[in-house]
Amino acid sequence: MKNEDVQFKLSVLADAAKYDVSCASSGSSRKNATKGIGNGVACGICHSFTEDGRCVSLFKILMTNHCIYDCAYCINRRTNDRQRATLTVEEIVDLTIGFYRRNYIEGLFLSSGVIKSPDFTMERIVQVAKKLRLEENYNGYIHLKAIPGASQELIHEAGLWADRLSVNIEIPTEMHLKRLAPEKDYKGILLPMNQIKNAILISKEEQKKYRKAPRFAPAGQSTQLIIGATPETDRQIILLSSGLYKTQNLKRVYFSGYLPVNLYDQRLPAFNRPPLVRENRLYQSDWLMRFYKYKAEEILSEDQPFLDLDIDPKLGFALRNMQQFPVDINRADYEMILRVPGIGVQSAQKIVMARRHRKLNSLHLQKIGIVMKRAKYFITCNELPASTTDWAPERLKRKLIAESVSKNKKLSDTQLSFFTDYKPALPPMH
Amino acid sequence: MIIYTYDGTFEGFLTCIFETYNRKNFPVDICSRTGEQKHLFAQKFDVQSDAAKADRVWKGIQNKLTERNNQLVFYAFLSEENGIEMKIYRFLRRLFSEHFSIETDFGDADVLYLTQTSQKVKKEAMRMLQFVRFQHTKEGLWFCGIEPRYDVLPLVSTHFQKRFADQKWLLYDLKRNYGFLFDKVKLEEVVISSKEFSTITGQVNENVLQEGEEFYQKLWKSYFKHINIQERKNLKLQRQHMPRRFWKYLPEMLILN
Repeated sequence: MKNEDVQFKLSVLADAAKYDVSCASSGSSRKNATKGIGNGVACGICHSFTEDGRCVSLFKILMTNHCIYDCAYCINRRTNDRQRATLTVEEIVDLTIGFYRRNYIEGLFLSSGVIKSPDFTMERIVQVAKKLRLEENYNGYIHLKAIPGASQELIHEAGLWADRLSVNIEIPTEMHLKRLAPEKDYKGILLPMNQIKNAILISKEEQKKYRKAPRFAPAGQSTQLIIGATPETDRQIILLSSGLYKTQNLKRVYFSGYLPVNLYDQRLPAFNRPPLVRENRLYQSDWLMRFYKYKAEEILSEDQPFLDLDIDPKLGFALRNMQQFPVDINRADYEMILRVPGIGVQSAQKIVMARRHRKLNSLHLQKIGIVMKRAKYFITCNELPASTTDWAPERLKRKLIAESVSKNKKLSDTQLSFFTDYKPALPPMH
Repeated sequence: MIIYTYDGTFEGFLTCIFETYNRKNFPVDICSRTGEQKHLFAQKFDVQSDAAKADRVWKGIQNKLTERNNQLVFYAFLSEENGIEMKIYRFLRRLFSEHFSIETDFGDADVLYLTQTSQKVKKEAMRMLQFVRFQHTKEGLWFCGIEPRYDVLPLVSTHFQKRFADQKWLLYDLKRNYGFLFDKVKLEEVVISSKEFSTITGQVNENVLQEGEEFYQKLWKSYFKHINIQERKNLKLQRQHMPRRFWKYLPEMLILN
């Protein structure tokens, strides 16, 4: 490796890769059976955190930021005048191993701009993974991007070396995708997605028959949606992601708040801050679907297309459905306890286990770690005063917002303020 | 009024438990010989560690706990919290006497405390998996010096053994002054007398660093800087996930300090 050269390329390509938000290193427990380097940890490990608070788990890098496409939302589009660079297969392998041995990273996440043709690009991506597995004896995590348009054989081979594959949908409706990226369509994206889904299912079946059957992407597949670049509603986005979880068996759908990277393009909305709160609310809804057993239709009804930015979706659901509360902590089902604002998955499990031994009261709940400030309006347990359970939803919402704001005032860094640019006019000095 | 004293090891502590039942003389406190002296006039009984007795107690505990929680007592003990011995002792008294498993009775203050403490220890162990950074030395050894809040190196050594099976590495606890050395074949506990690294930051002296180590650190710093999205800056979130006390061991954070 030529030192100066590699350092330059690394900085350019890291810069270009940062907009991909997928970071998970979980879901694979690949063993270090060859006594080489690396093993998977099923829960995943984050090794560092950048100033934006996002984790660095995988060595996330583009192979090249040259691209033949011209998608309006992408910083690496063909017509942008930017520094371009390409890492060779050997360089990526050396960097991955070098970082991994120092325990900087949990694995490699390799994506790429499309050069020459999808097949040409995909072939080199696969080469990296193959070289890592066969020549370097590497058993750590590998996440590869499947390039839409690449041949079925290449995508299949990628799945045999990698732990996770992903195909990014980026724009939540086909109409807007066509508008922003005329060279792409949903058919091209869904084709590899379907192929990967089927290959995973087949490989799982074969695993049941014989243990040594080759594994295909054991950590599943994921995708990413850009939020705020196009006028889709939150309801559309949530329904789409829940549909993807069901039909495509996806492990994760990531949301990426749109960053205005190509300000000159008139097809994109003009704002200068990423919609961080909206992105957060969408992730919360995603969690409700994956861990709290909510259905997509429950989170947003038809007459309410957008999530409330002031309160989280779980509290929103509770306030809209006050007739389901208060929940009796000592009797209610686990599913119902999960729906109480202020009670998380772990607390709910603890409650269900602990109440077998004795009746729980509010002191117990507080010690177990329940946020009583929120939960007290939605539960009964032996001795709570009844007055807290008789609130009108609107009034309760305002009260809870007021309480949370006063505590987290400094936290709301995304809040706009009136006087940030205000400079007092001083009288001229004579 | 009797207090039991032991040598501060887990084995010693389990022997204490054995002795309390054996002598049918139940203590008001159990404390380490080396710890601070809390009782001036109480009658003392000093317990010598005994592997066989400790093993019997450990087996007894295993019989009563479910597999999911079978390390609960050990993890809680590793926290080295003040007064943890009596809490474990009270928990064990109840565990041994009751017919049903009590490990999920979170309404009981001791059970909840032990569960939460063992969670804290597990979290600290996880932080080791996250924030250990190896430096390559001239002799080909991969070294990391770090200072966990609790004594968790024994919990994580097997993880690194599996992960870096073809690598000779040394993981050193700077505060408790011992570490684990893996020589590609077996894992052993070591104490280093002549140190060629900083006992505060764990940085290896420059003259024993392997060529290329600095270059990789430089690459990593540069990568770390460029993968950050400036428009989303949120330092509080960063600190929450990566507490400041670890920053001095992380090459990527050294530029900022």
